[in-house]
Amino acid sequence: MKIAIASGKGGTGKTTLSTNLASFLAETHQVVLTDLDVEEPNSGLFIKADLVHEEDKFKMVPEWAADECILCGNCQKVCNFHAVIQLGEMIMVFPELCHGCYACSELCPTSSLPMIPKKMGGLKHFQKGNLSFIESRLDIGEEQAVPLIAQTISYVEEHFSNEVIRIFDSPPGTSCPVIEATKDADFIILVTEPTPFGLHDLKLAVETMRELKKDLGVVVNRYGIGNDDVLQYCKEEQIAVLAKIPNSRRIAEIYSQGHLIYKEIPEVMVELENITSYIQSLKEKSLS
Amino acid sequence: MKEIVVISGKGGTGKTSLTASFAYLGGKDVIVADCDVDAADMHLLLQPDFANSDDFYSGELAYIHQNECIQCGKCADVCRFDAIPVIKGRYIVDPLSCEGCGYCARVCPTDAITNKDLNVGKWYVSSIKTGSTMVHAKLGIGADNSGKLVAKVKSEAKDIAEEERKDFVIVDGSPGVGCPVVSSLSGASFVVLVTEPSVSGLHDLKRVYELVKKFKIKAGCIINKSDINKNVTAEIVEFLKKENIVHIANLPYDENFTKAMTNGQTIVEYSDNHLKELITDSWDKIKRSVN
Amino acid sequence: MKIAFTTKGTDWDSAMDPRFGRTEYFLIYDDDKDELSHYDNRDSANDAHGAGPKTAQKLFEFKPDILITGNGPGGNAATVLQKTGVKIFIGAGDITVKEAYEAFKSSSLKEF
Repeated sequence: MKIAIASGKGGTGKTTLSTNLASFLAETHQVVLTDLDVEEPNSGLFIKADLVHEEDKFKMVPEWAADECILCGNCQKVCNFHAVIQLGEMIMVFPELCHGCYACSELCPTSSLPMIPKKMGGLKHFQKGNLSFIESRLDIGEEQAVPLIAQTISYVEEHFSNEVIRIFDSPPGTSCPVIEATKDADFIILVTEPTPFGLHDLKLAVETMRELKKDLGVVVNRYGIGNDDVLQYCKEEQIAVLAKIPNSRRIAEIYSQGHLIYKEIPEVMVELENITSYIQSLKEKSLS
Repeated sequence: MKEIVVISGKGGTGKTSLTASFAYLGGKDVIVADCDVDAADMHLLLQPDFANSDDFYSGELAYIHQNECIQCGKCADVCRFDAIPVIKGRYIVDPLSCEGCGYCARVCPTDAITNKDLNVGKWYVSSIKTGSTMVHAKLGIGADNSGKLVAKVKSEAKDIAEEERKDFVIVDGSPGVGCPVVSSLSGASFVVLVTEPSVSGLHDLKRVYELVKKFKIKAGCIINKSDINKNVTAEIVEFLKKENIVHIANLPYDENFTKAMTNGQTIVEYSDNHLKELITDSWDKIKRSVN
Repeated sequence: MKIAFTTKGTDWDSAMDPRFGRTEYFLIYDDDKDELSHYDNRDSANDAHGAGPKTAQKLFEFKPDILITGNGPGGNAATVLQKTGVKIFIGAGDITVKEAYEAFKSSSLKEF
């Protein structure tokens, strides 16, 4: 079972839900939580576990080999991303701008731009009891989040069996990184707030997930503040509301300290149980 | 004309609510630019009329002209993004996977492939309720918020400000630490960092400030919900001192933020209490710091 | 000596463009010949990414000794410019080209 937790807008409680749900489920199941918000991974601030493995992640980029180069300028011409530039008698490559399409390398008449691996970030694997936690972090200045997200998902696929519940904390927004992070998920949980901002961004997220033909449910965070428009919208669109996490200053305080909230607030535990039973019913449905 | 850019690194700190409040306080002197195009929410508070709009193109997408295609498969062979599947004997580009690198078009023996500019959304110039003008944008699904769109929105706003001789452009900046926020910062006279005293708020503040430092722009900071965690607030204040960032204000945790938003209002319109005073003081302090 | 400016227009009274990668024009002043020429860089607005290095590459073709601009180039463009050996002066973002030139002559611009 692969569950992606996403939201249209940042700051709605996506990481709060991911970390609390994963920790709660891990009390009774094998769980792997993966932070795919590789530009700003924050889940690790809430999960205290032991580092068991660490590896650098690479992408393939061209490197100039001057010896055979005839300075024809073809490489600069074929690069749509301005990642290869000819400067007089020199070819410069900007790995952060490179999308790894291989055009400059394979179309070079003298094979003077071989592709080599270049570090773009790192992956860390933590473990505590039933809970595994995977976090990838993009190096500052790197612009392509998608390849790192794809490699991180592959790492999870290779190291965990289908029996393990897999939760993915997705990046915010509706752009390419979110699509990469959610496209293989069995089920999407969208986190929102019952406010006009929350509703506006939820609609965008729902449209995106429907485009990808995904099953989805909504978790309303800070329930009690704002108005009922989000619930009304979910009803009209026949979207299941899996849980309502109450609005409380106490929760904001616990979060600010980097602690898990369900251990201190019983109402939150009840809501997590609701989500769990919904996931269970989905699992049974998919088996039958 | 001075350009003030408001950013936060982390979402949900109240950045947009505060930016809209400053726009309201500045009234006709302020042109507004919404560069938070992933979650462009400021229109919900400032009620633009969407009077002028234009399509926005960014990046490219391969397109295969079927009547010229001889099904040789060279395009699919060279594509590193698996973006050209064969569907019922035809080579078709999958728009969500295509990166627009143009490699396929370069190897096609019959020139059956062209790269098309990708329409990713619309941008608008609107009148807003403050009596001023707002430039904003709306992206389509799966579209990338690139530096290009941010640059477009900002330069339109600045042109209008110069033409109409306005004092300020205020920019609701992009989230994160990537290309869009870099574009948001480019050319700014002053940066306002909005943060909250949580472990993640502080973490993201430090990451985004690394960027601000590179641009050597003068910065100020508002700590929202500052009474949620006194220890982290103290830690942030310490950080501001060390980095020579103007400490603009500490705002309390206050549900009037949300109540105003639910009413479609900025906080300074909605609430006539202490919060309004603090935000008005903040705006005055920002104006003083810029000049 | 050739001096390049990032600008929004094509003469001495034009406003400077504080941006490097997405600057609208370059003005190139050759003070030996007292000649002013320009390059139209407005195409850069169409680049989603990588405007900086591309603009730097274009600038290189004019072989300037000095570049006068506003904010200073971003990381990638700075890497290219470093290789070209051009000296960069910043802080001339919101004045005219003429004023920027005078500021440079009186050594009141900061070297990048």
